Amino acid sequence: MVYKRALIETVVQLADDHLILGHRLSQWCGHAPMLEEDLSMPNMALDLVGQARNLYSYAAELEGEDRSEDDLAYLRTDREYRNCLLVERPNTDFAYTMVRQLYFTAFMRPFWQGVLTGSDTTLAGIAGKAIKETGYHLRHSGEWVVRLGDGTEESSRRMKDAVSTLHPYTDELFSVDAGRQQCIEQGIVPGPEQLRAAWCSTIKSVFSQALLEVPEVEYPLCGGRDGRHTEDFGYLLADLQYLQRTYPGAQW
Amino acid sequence: MVNAVAKQPIDLARAAAVAASVPDPELPFMTVSDLGILRDVFIENDIVVAQVSPTYSGCPAVVVIEQSILAALTEAGFNSRVQRMMSPAWTTDWITTEGRKKLRANGIAAPAAGRGTDNNPASEPILFSRITVSCPQCDSDNTHKVSEFGSTPCKAQYRCDSCGEPFDYFKCL
Repeated sequence: MVYKRALIETVVQLADDHLILGHRLSQWCGHAPMLEEDLSMPNMALDLVGQARNLYSYAAELEGEDRSEDDLAYLRTDREYRNCLLVERPNTDFAYTMVRQLYFTAFMRPFWQGVLTGSDTTLAGIAGKAIKETGYHLRHSGEWVVRLGDGTEESSRRMKDAVSTLHPYTDELFSVDAGRQQCIEQGIVPGPEQLRAAWCSTIKSVFSQALLEVPEVEYPLCGGRDGRHTEDFGYLLADLQYLQRTYPGAQW
Repeated sequence: MVNAVAKQPIDLARAAAVAASVPDPELPFMTVSDLGILRDVFIENDIVVAQVSPTYSGCPAVVVIEQSILAALTEAGFNSRVQRMMSPAWTTDWITTEGRKKLRANGIAAPAAGRGTDNNPASEPILFSRITVSCPQCDSDNTHKVSEFGSTPCKAQYRCDSCGEPFDYFKCL
């Protein structure tokens, strides 16, 4: 397979996005504003980490070397992680978390839809499961964005703050490097134009119900796909990798 | 012992019955067959193969279920392995009629039949939609959703406005 390297890179980028966002959501466990949300966020984290696991094990299988899904998830350095910056941004407050979730999920839904009918059967299988989960993640975050955006003065202020802070990070979702380009040409994953159209339409529809405006972004913030992460990522990784670094090979 | 078994023809029907009777760890009154996650049992190179489809990508019960099936088959004297099937993706439409009855008898509202596959990702997300879920205690349709997430990934929390009981709803997927 000529494009094998490209496929591995794309699968690892996807897996990293899901693992890191899953980890961020799991940090709400025990800290959510209400019991129902204390269950919902770790539940979605479980879905995301499960999707990441399926992707990492596919990447490891494609590599065909000694690295396992756990090595990929736990034993790389910060510069080797290729997740977009959006997913590593701190939880900050519930408004930030819901806006971040909406941005990511509104992107993944058309993405998985494209993969489902794409040319890679293993990835299509992973997409088949993930797309159903993405459906209710989108409903969950979309409903909260509407409730809070069209809520009290305080909730509306926090939503506007979250939107203006996080929106500049969304451009990276659509970035295409050489490896991604090859995967698009092979019909494995959908291209950025199609994804952007679907994403914009979802965000516009939710924001209009939430009385929020889609901001104009002057300077998109990116770097994660090249391994250049934000300061917060180091703390996240220290937490995520602690057990495997301290007790190598530990299992439960 | 394995050799002695291997010399006789494998009783596929018995192996299938053994695999089908394995309970789900989170809903122990349900078997893997009731849930529709045991997709097929067949013989390949003198080994019994059980095909299992995970419910959710991150369901922590997946590995336990696979190991339970393997253990049950081994205990019954079968040389066996479990194969995980990602595609086609499991849907709540595969829960059997018997399984739906058992859910209800245990206070869990069963997923609406035939709704598992109707999510159309191409369309705009429909927010704040409502579906009618009947109370497993008093049959009333006068219920409301408390949260789309519950004690396990597959359940949502509802409350009945007629009898006041909270209950789990096995959500459509």
